[in-house]
Amino acid sequence: MPIAIDFEYHKPKDLAEAAALLARYQGGAQLLAGGTDLIVWLKEGMKKPEALIDVKGIPELWHLDVKDDALSIGARVTFTELIESALVKNEFPVLWEAARTVASCGVRNRATLAGNLCSAVPSLDGAPALLVYDACVHTRGTVEEREIPVSEWFTGPKRTALLPDELVTAVELPLPKKATAGCYVKLGRYQGEDLAQAGLAVLAEAGNVWKLAFCAVGPVAKRAGKIEALLRGKKLSDALIAKAKTLVAQEISPITDVRASKEYRLHMCQVMLERGLKVAQARLLGKGPAYGESVL
Amino acid sequence: MTKTTIQLKLNGIQRRVDVEPNDVLVDVLRDKLGVKSPKVGCDRGDCGTCTVFLNGRTVRSCLVLAVEADGGEVMTLEGISQNGPTKLQKSFVERSSFQCGFCAPGMVLSATELLQNNPHPRRAEIQEALAGNLCRCTGYSPIIEAIEAVCKK
Ligand code: FES
Ligand code: FES
Repeated sequence: MPIAIDFEYHKPKDLAEAAALLARYQGGAQLLAGGTDLIVWLKEGMKKPEALIDVKGIPELWHLDVKDDALSIGARVTFTELIESALVKNEFPVLWEAARTVASCGVRNRATLAGNLCSAVPSLDGAPALLVYDACVHTRGTVEEREIPVSEWFTGPKRTALLPDELVTAVELPLPKKATAGCYVKLGRYQGEDLAQAGLAVLAEAGNVWKLAFCAVGPVAKRAGKIEALLRGKKLSDALIAKAKTLVAQEISPITDVRASKEYRLHMCQVMLERGLKVAQARLLGKGPAYGESVL
Repeated sequence: MTKTTIQLKLNGIQRRVDVEPNDVLVDVLRDKLGVKSPKVGCDRGDCGTCTVFLNGRTVRSCLVLAVEADGGEVMTLEGISQNGPTKLQKSFVERSSFQCGFCAPGMVLSATELLQNNPHPRRAEIQEALAGNLCRCTGYSPIIEAIEAVCKK
């Protein structure tokens, strides 16, 4: 199907040129990275930009490395590149595990983590892992650079804190100071290539500190602060898990859609919490299923 | 809109073609460059029938603008079998793995990429690598078996 709307196409060679183009179009331009969401939206007429600004030609966005005690993931880095990175697998295994569940191989070869954040669909698999690792989004506009915590990034379904003259340059994850382990629990209708009906990232830190974040069960992906507070400092037990499960309904606001009913999502989030906590704890002790094995 | 001429290496041959910014790669391959193996199934990234290699990795050519391929290298099924069918293709033929064949070009390319990166995949890895290639006819078993058979050789 051809794309019915007309637009100009630009491929800037550096950040300054990209910023100048964004300023020139005053919100009328759309950034293009992997395009795996955007091209569909253009075909369906859901986006009608005057111009596309392809960021793939900007070398400043290609890096995937550690600087100043943080992993910096350039905006052009694809999910496949994340999965192939030993650094990501060793230091941020929950992000690695989540990246493997995104769509299909042919999509992951093209789709970027930064693009996923900018699409900001409620089901995005990348978000819960970034939330539990306290990641930050780096942006650059015409005048200033900003650093926005992922917890403040999503402002609604398909809405973010990105301003019209800004682009994402990188996503940064501070290297964990203590031993951590965790998991990404994804509920889909079947294994392989499906959007999440619900997603949960669990991160356990030595000393019984837990970080939890849900996606696809509310307008935006978010941390589960009440459950984290309940669990903090306590030894995991069946009684504690049962109590934590009763708080799930306060943390999420699922809806009924084609993929699942609200009741099913709520119920399964409780099941996912239980399994996720147990798997994260086991992995912290060097046991449990290998990363990448399905937790559900 | 500004019409541009893009250059790409298509199945080893340097080609030039005029495109509009909103032309999609799969349509340009099929309609302007005469390469018919990539098919349009869903046209939205879900089915994998439009799979081609772009710069060494498989992509959904229904989700790529033709201008994005400028200066790049595209390899389609026609390209990988230029010197006759590959071992993998022969394995598919031996088992009559396909019925209507609409999914076949995408399946062959996705499986080719898998075996390049991982010559001895487990069954679960084969299933995962093909999860984005839908087949309406076969139930997948003969496709997966043909891939497994090549790995054993
Ligand atoms: S036609 Fe491209 S994935 Fe279905
Ligand atoms: S053989 Fe018909 S779709 Fe696969």
